Amino acid sequence: MSDVRFTKDHEWIRVEGDTATVGISEYAQEQLGDVVFVELPTVGADVEAGGDAAVVESVKAASEVYAPIAGKIVEVNDDLEATPGLVNESAEDEGWFWRMEISDTDELEELMSAGDYKAFLEGLD
Amino acid sequence: MRYLPHTAEDRRAMLQVIGVDKVDDLFVDVPRSAVLDDLVDLPHHAGELAVDRALTAMAGKNTPAGSVPFFVGAGAYRHHVPAAVDHLIQRSEFLTAYTPYQPEISQGTLQVLFEFQTQVALLTGMEVANASMYDGATACAEAVLMANRVTRRRRAVLSGGLHPQYRSVVETQSKFLDGEIVAGAPDAQGDEDLASLIDDETACVVVQNPTFFGHLRDLRDLAATCHAKGALLVVAVGEAVSLGAVTPPGAMGADIVVAEGQSLGNALNFGGPYLGLFAAREKFVRQMPGRLCGETVDIEGRRGYVLTLSTREQHIRREKSTSNICTNSGLCSLAFTIHLSLLGEDGFKHLAALNHARACETAERLAAIPGVEVLNESFFNEFTVRLSKPAAEVVDGLATKGVLAGVPVSRLLPGAGLDDLMLVATTETTEAEDIAALGEALEGVLS
Amino acid sequence: MSARSQAHSAGRAADTEAPNQMTTHSGHRGLQMEEPLIFEMGSTGRTGVDLPPVPKVANKLGGLARQGDIGLPALSEPQVVRHYVRVSQKNYAIDAGLYPLGSCTMKHNPRLNEKVARLPGFSDVHPLQPQSTVQGALEVIDTVAHWLTTLTGLPGVAMSPAAGAHGELTGMMAIRAAHEARGEARKRILVPDSAHGTNPATAVLCGYAVDPVPSLPNGRIDLEALKAKLDDDVAAIMLTNPNTCGLFENQIIEVAEAIHAVGAYFYCDGANFNAIVGKVRPGDLGIDVMHLNLHKTFSTPHGGGGPGSGPVVMSAELTPFAPLPYVVKGPEGLRLVETEADQAAAGDGGQAYGRMRSFHGQMGMFVRALAYMMSHGADGLRLVAEDSVLNANYVLARLQDVMTPAYPGPCMHEVLFDDSFLKDTGVTTLDFAKAMIDEGFHPMTVYFPLIVHGAMLTEPTESESKESMDVFIDTLRGLAADAKAGDAARFTGAPFLAPRRRLDETQAARKPRLRWTPEAPAEAAE
Repeated sequence: MSDVRFTKDHEWIRVEGDTATVGISEYAQEQLGDVVFVELPTVGADVEAGGDAAVVESVKAASEVYAPIAGKIVEVNDDLEATPGLVNESAEDEGWFWRMEISDTDELEELMSAGDYKAFLEGLD
Repeated sequence: MRYLPHTAEDRRAMLQVIGVDKVDDLFVDVPRSAVLDDLVDLPHHAGELAVDRALTAMAGKNTPAGSVPFFVGAGAYRHHVPAAVDHLIQRSEFLTAYTPYQPEISQGTLQVLFEFQTQVALLTGMEVANASMYDGATACAEAVLMANRVTRRRRAVLSGGLHPQYRSVVETQSKFLDGEIVAGAPDAQGDEDLASLIDDETACVVVQNPTFFGHLRDLRDLAATCHAKGALLVVAVGEAVSLGAVTPPGAMGADIVVAEGQSLGNALNFGGPYLGLFAAREKFVRQMPGRLCGETVDIEGRRGYVLTLSTREQHIRREKSTSNICTNSGLCSLAFTIHLSLLGEDGFKHLAALNHARACETAERLAAIPGVEVLNESFFNEFTVRLSKPAAEVVDGLATKGVLAGVPVSRLLPGAGLDDLMLVATTETTEAEDIAALGEALEGVLS
Repeated sequence: MSARSQAHSAGRAADTEAPNQMTTHSGHRGLQMEEPLIFEMGSTGRTGVDLPPVPKVANKLGGLARQGDIGLPALSEPQVVRHYVRVSQKNYAIDAGLYPLGSCTMKHNPRLNEKVARLPGFSDVHPLQPQSTVQGALEVIDTVAHWLTTLTGLPGVAMSPAAGAHGELTGMMAIRAAHEARGEARKRILVPDSAHGTNPATAVLCGYAVDPVPSLPNGRIDLEALKAKLDDDVAAIMLTNPNTCGLFENQIIEVAEAIHAVGAYFYCDGANFNAIVGKVRPGDLGIDVMHLNLHKTFSTPHGGGGPGSGPVVMSAELTPFAPLPYVVKGPEGLRLVETEADQAAAGDGGQAYGRMRSFHGQMGMFVRALAYMMSHGADGLRLVAEDSVLNANYVLARLQDVMTPAYPGPCMHEVLFDDSFLKDTGVTTLDFAKAMIDEGFHPMTVYFPLIVHGAMLTEPTESESKESMDVFIDTLRGLAADAKAGDAARFTGAPFLAPRRRLDETQAARKPRLRWTPEAPAEAAE
């Protein structure tokens, strides 16, 4: 069963066994506006929890995307190169950024559930 | 005063609306001790006539290139700029416009930038060019930083044929970023072989063509060597007109081309403002510094232009930007674009051919002088001579006789053992009488 | 995910129809011409330049003669002139109207400047001519240097930087060189969160890390937060004063003292010098190094994006580290110190860290700036500062009841509004700016500084008459009223009347087309 968690920086992470898929939330893509380019991490790279992993660019902004937990990048979403707009159209599904091998699922406990994230967003305005 | 519209009544009325008695009340946040009671110790205002006279007097203490036989080059060249160029760049809409951040009312600037970028790409034989840098030397330094980003390496190999000031600017920038520079010895003969200096740590090799000493080199083998080691080839071009006669760097395997664009559209201006050209392979475009103008459409489907890929730049990316450059050389690039548009394909090639022919004639004349040896087998419009006396003395001596003979290499490379070398440049402005005068003067001083 | 700037949807303007949709055969509309690219106009066989025949000489191109076509269009002079005149007519310009861009100082560009810059004795002089033949040029550099050091109260100046950002780099490199000369390897630069993007970009180019300092609710730097970050790893602070909110940093002397107490330097971004020129000297505030923008404070033209000039004034401590070249007075007149060898021979104790560009500096801009300085004089420059501050406060006073100032007044030479007054109108700062275009005004600087929501930074400059500002103010009052009355469409669809409607910046970034190519037809495919 997959379990989606969210970070305060608006990344989501969906765990399936030893791997996890990461992207940015629907709220984040709305805030960004039209995504024009995504700089994805290198396959094989190790990332730390909270460390820089990717960059997502709209016309007027460039935002860092952080790794929610530590792991090793095993796959990146090549579709984003030709169609960066996928991030806008389907942020929490087809607009995923990378998949990574994870070791420490305890780190997940510190992240927000979907419900907690929704409440967090309401508190933001 | 003529540039300040307010009358005393205007100021009174405005102060009243604001609700203060005097303008000093608006400076309330300035620490009292820092507000000057008196005027600074500088002259008071002056009318146009007085200022014109004062500046004309200063200008009168300089020897204009056009008033004497003139052979000075070494990175800046005296060309004839058609009258229409200077007239057009002084149009209000070009001269007094700002950076085109509001594209709907800046299509003038933006369309010209798009034309400029296209021209630079065509001339250099590259795929994409930016909207300009400050000058060739800073463009070269930026190219090295870009090569470091692209290859994720830190070492740059600099040719001994690279303009000494370009080398100095590259070294200065790299020093602060822990870049490593390996520089070849000055290559007066034009026969250096850099291959042994290139390895898996090399981010880029920087060469100049024509070299600082004027030699023309085929860069294809060097490009292959670089690419085999995963390094980029950066080619600097000090005289943009050479691109009308010489195989462009893009056709020889260059990955980044930088150039000094002053030769087209821009006067000598004692060294500035000049015009840095920057072109690269399209796959590297997101690592390019500087502004980029791109084509798009408006909501009515009409073609238009905008600044694009701005997220590379300082105003968005801040500490992670590709460069800190903001203002560049807008009006100089406009002058370049207009001049090249007037020349056109045939005119530009013709101009380049004329420049080269004058240099050939001059080299032939000088080679016949005892005490002068022309070092170059090949050149475009500038070559190196070895003199039987120190070149700096010769140049200074000839200046007093009203001939500006060239640049002593020792001025840019002091202490390099090259004191007997001089660079001689010609352009389409060089007349037969100038060549004769130079020949005669050299004969006189070297005999 | 971090937010690096405020996102707003630039490309989703409401597709409302513009008024006056009459069609014409030519595609032109009265004086507004639709003009193709120069590449789409030229054929072969024409030229706009007549050159003498090429003498027959054996070529010495070493087998590297260029083969094939370059691909340049060929046009006669009348065609080229008409092309660029038509293209120019699509531009807004200072000569055409008020340009309220905050921190850009869009003042009048005097034409005397252009005339004197074109004197052959200035324009037709090569940087490497023997120095005896260019004493007047060196005198210009020396004179401008004197005016700048006198106006700022700092004794040294590096004249070579080509623009403000280049000057920042120069000043910061001098700081790093100074610390290294005394064996210190400091790593951090403090930068307020309101800073212009060039500041952190510059710090990183010098090998430093950027440590942001927050601002207070009153728009100034938080002195206590600053002090808490100070240690001997801090190399410098980069502060703009007046700051990017248009306010004078009233605790600036305390900031300088705190910085100096830990052996760090005070870099000042001088972009806003127009507010205090001739009235306050940065040297008296404890500033160690500051760049000036000749294309802002000193009226040299913006030219659609340059060229600028960014000389950097320096304290006595930093001056020895100024880069090459510089002008010195000798027994035989003025001369340039251009190389390390020259500097060693000069024996002036200089330890230049290197060189920032080819040749000597933006001479063409020095001549223009000097003409401006001499025209105004010490008395006129002080009036420039006073009128620029007066004008901005007048704009603030007459707009504060309908727009929302970000900070209580008085301001300096620019006034900052936020977008609170547009709340619940459906109109964003961007939409408001685009509606200004229809009214014949270039918008003010928008979305900068980043610390204010929907920022609108407005700088009229001292060149604007009261009448000109009244029209501007009344227009903004009208627009603010329209927004509050619910007429969102005139904003979200704006501009309607400019040479182009809103442009699709998303497409431009997703599928960059950065040059004309012969294969691709004129219409952008979508």
